[in-house]
Amino acid sequence: MSQIVVEDLVKRFRISERDPGMMGAVRGLFRRRYQTVDALDGVSFSIEPSELVGYIGPNGAGKSTTVKVMSGILVPDSGRCEILGRVPWRRRNEHVKELGVVFGQRTQLWWDLPVIESFDLLRDIYRIPRVEYVANRDEFVEVLGIEACLDVPVRQLSLGQRMRCDLAAALLHSPAILFLDEPTIGMDAVSKIAFREFIKRFNEERGTTVILTTHDMDDIEVICDRVMVISDGMIISDGKLEDLRKKVSIERRLVVELEDGAVPAVHPRAVIAGSERGRVDIRFDPDVVSATELISDVTSRNRVRDIFVENPPIEELIARIYEGQGR
Amino acid sequence: MSGVLDSLYVYRRFLGVSLRSQMQYKASFLMQLAGRLLVNSGELIAIFVLFDRFGSIGGWNVYQVAFLYGIVNVSFAVADAMSTGFDLFGDMVKSGDFDRILTRPRSTVLQLGGQELTLRRISRLTPGIAALVFAAMNLELDWSLANSGLLLLSVAGGAALFAGLIVLQATLAFWTTETLELMNALTYGGVETTQYPINIYRPWFRNFFTFGVPLATVSYFPSLAIMGVPDPLGTPLWFQYLAPLIGIGFLLASLQVWRFGVRRYMSTGS
Amino acid sequence: MSSYWAILSARFRSLLQYRAAALAGLMTQVFWGLIRVMIFQAFYRSSNAEQPMSGSDVETYIWLGQAFLAALPWNVDTDLRAMIRTGGIGYELVRPVDLYSYWFSRALAWRTAPMLMRAVPLLVFAFVLMGMSPPVSLGAGLAFAVSMCAAIMLSAAMTTFLNVTMLWTIAGDGVMQLTFGLIMIFSGMLVPLPLFPDWSQPVINAMPFRGLVDTPYRLYLGHIPLSEFAGVLAHQLFWIMAFLIAGRIAMASALRKVVVQGG
Repeated sequence: MSQIVVEDLVKRFRISERDPGMMGAVRGLFRRRYQTVDALDGVSFSIEPSELVGYIGPNGAGKSTTVKVMSGILVPDSGRCEILGRVPWRRRNEHVKELGVVFGQRTQLWWDLPVIESFDLLRDIYRIPRVEYVANRDEFVEVLGIEACLDVPVRQLSLGQRMRCDLAAALLHSPAILFLDEPTIGMDAVSKIAFREFIKRFNEERGTTVILTTHDMDDIEVICDRVMVISDGMIISDGKLEDLRKKVSIERRLVVELEDGAVPAVHPRAVIAGSERGRVDIRFDPDVVSATELISDVTSRNRVRDIFVENPPIEELIARIYEGQGR
Repeated sequence: MSGVLDSLYVYRRFLGVSLRSQMQYKASFLMQLAGRLLVNSGELIAIFVLFDRFGSIGGWNVYQVAFLYGIVNVSFAVADAMSTGFDLFGDMVKSGDFDRILTRPRSTVLQLGGQELTLRRISRLTPGIAALVFAAMNLELDWSLANSGLLLLSVAGGAALFAGLIVLQATLAFWTTETLELMNALTYGGVETTQYPINIYRPWFRNFFTFGVPLATVSYFPSLAIMGVPDPLGTPLWFQYLAPLIGIGFLLASLQVWRFGVRRYMSTGS
Repeated sequence: MSSYWAILSARFRSLLQYRAAALAGLMTQVFWGLIRVMIFQAFYRSSNAEQPMSGSDVETYIWLGQAFLAALPWNVDTDLRAMIRTGGIGYELVRPVDLYSYWFSRALAWRTAPMLMRAVPLLVFAFVLMGMSPPVSLGAGLAFAVSMCAAIMLSAAMTTFLNVTMLWTIAGDGVMQLTFGLIMIFSGMLVPLPLFPDWSQPVINAMPFRGLVDTPYRLYLGHIPLSEFAGVLAHQLFWIMAFLIAGRIAMASALRKVVVQGG
């Protein structure tokens, strides 16, 4: 049986609305209007042990609701969810022992204390055997490069440092499953790379299942084998990253900054999508023309000041999936 | 049993961590302590000022009222120190920190109870203990085993009752994001009310704090027994001895309501 | 001053959103007032001695205290505190306004909005159901109104001063707690000041805190006669100026060696 089984999850929320302005506030004193939102509208998937799954979708699509259900924080209105044979919200304490959770925007470390104290406290909370704790801690400290952070109060750490410490904290008890919720948001480039590499390596060595929600397609590309796309509470695509690519033929972008205002000349198989003050936005299909080919082509034809490749934002990807379905 | 011991150990660890957190801000630490002491002594100062003018209240002298003040304030200080996490609970729900607590393999009550023990909360103990000592020195109490035990039971019952109120107040945060001061009226107002003998109040009010929220029950009746004063309201002695147990029952009931609230939270996500 | 109106209006709107909280706050204060009234009634029943203030005057004093409770400088600006803790205060410092005046008008709005919300319904309740008495004369009423405005200014000046102290010690709670303790005891909130021992009266009267509570309320009761109005108002104004100047000096010197915490 799969490690994680989710079947037909449905969850609805009721949200109160307020009118703007002073009169609206006064009116709100007496009468409130409510709106029902389908956060999850029949979500199903299953995940095998040691899979690396990216879970993407626009804000409010139901990503974090799904993660909350799987973490045992939220009970769905209907549907089935079993993780390691357990229903998460039924036996919360046993279930969450198998989980590591990292919320990108919030830390689980004690704000005013040195990092090491938080680690020690987590050892007691999770009842981690001494030997396992020391081994894990020392390994993570070394690999994540957080030696220097250990004696520093959390509030004095940079975001990148803090997130690396948070990641270590979430894994101290050797969980079977790791949830990462927007972990790289706001991180500096160096920390991002260290973070991603660590997750890949940890997954290879320990076989930990990783479920990652993110807005950064680069995270997905580096870490994940499989991508699930959720939109309006429904899974609209689930499969290997390459398959998704093929299905929606994701255009990539090459952004070029030119030395002078000269009209750019471009490879015949790429399209100029926009051009403004010497900054040219080129779209291309990586299956038709490779990025390296295109870059050498562009640099040979133009005097280039700067050049970089961009993934399209997730919103665009989703729009394309819908287009593909309509076709 | 080992589960309980382990939980107590983790609880102690939580408290140690939060005390060390506060030491991080040494600069304002002493001033904060002094300030807290002043604030918390305010009511006691008021009692002295008023007795200086009026001499007695409802047949009680200043020492007797100080004794009652001591029991009530020590109870409240203990309860307050043990349930800080519940006190700050509304904010934790808003910020999502409660979700984090739910992802840890420990009971929510343990994690919230150990959340943050601040010194300002401990400082509340000081005037209470000072008042008890002051009263004990002047009242010529009989410190028999029964009386000493009853004093401890009364403080424990009071602490349990206040803790139950704080838990109930926190539970409200599952239903509304608005901070409801109303429950503060019960806790802080309860402290204010029950530090004076309950017989001075109007009957409806007296009944409210005797039967509704039995704060007077756990402090007023036992202190009558300890001081050997017959109750003007005519309760029997055995009742005065057993009354504090009501507080413990109240706490257990509150924790049931809390568990119901957690289940509701998990099904509404808000 | 335009910032004052903007903040006042914003505070009003955010307070209005929380209808249950507003109602609960009101009931809390009614409840609190009842407790205090009953305690004082019991004290007055227990003694036949001549008191410096009549029992019914004390009751009116208590209800006034409940009605205007929110005007007291009982906390620092939580937004500012958060800004200082996180280092966001740096943005405040680069704004092209006189920071001190801005903070002062902010504090004034912070105090006025919740006070107005509560004072009206509470006073109506106390008049109709609790037998609270009106001002003894038209003149006393006017003197009360003027003195109450001064009390709110004093409260805002103290709040601003406390806010500034947060620039010095990050956890600012220390100074705030100490000040709050003094306010509670020596403003008249706990016990009307005339009931304090006679020997302590000169000290209590010299301190700034009576200007927040005791001065306006006793003008209302006629307990301070109109002939002394100019004197007590001058006392309030003196302390408003003193806190404003002290705050300005403290801020200037804090900014000179500004250490933005955590940044």
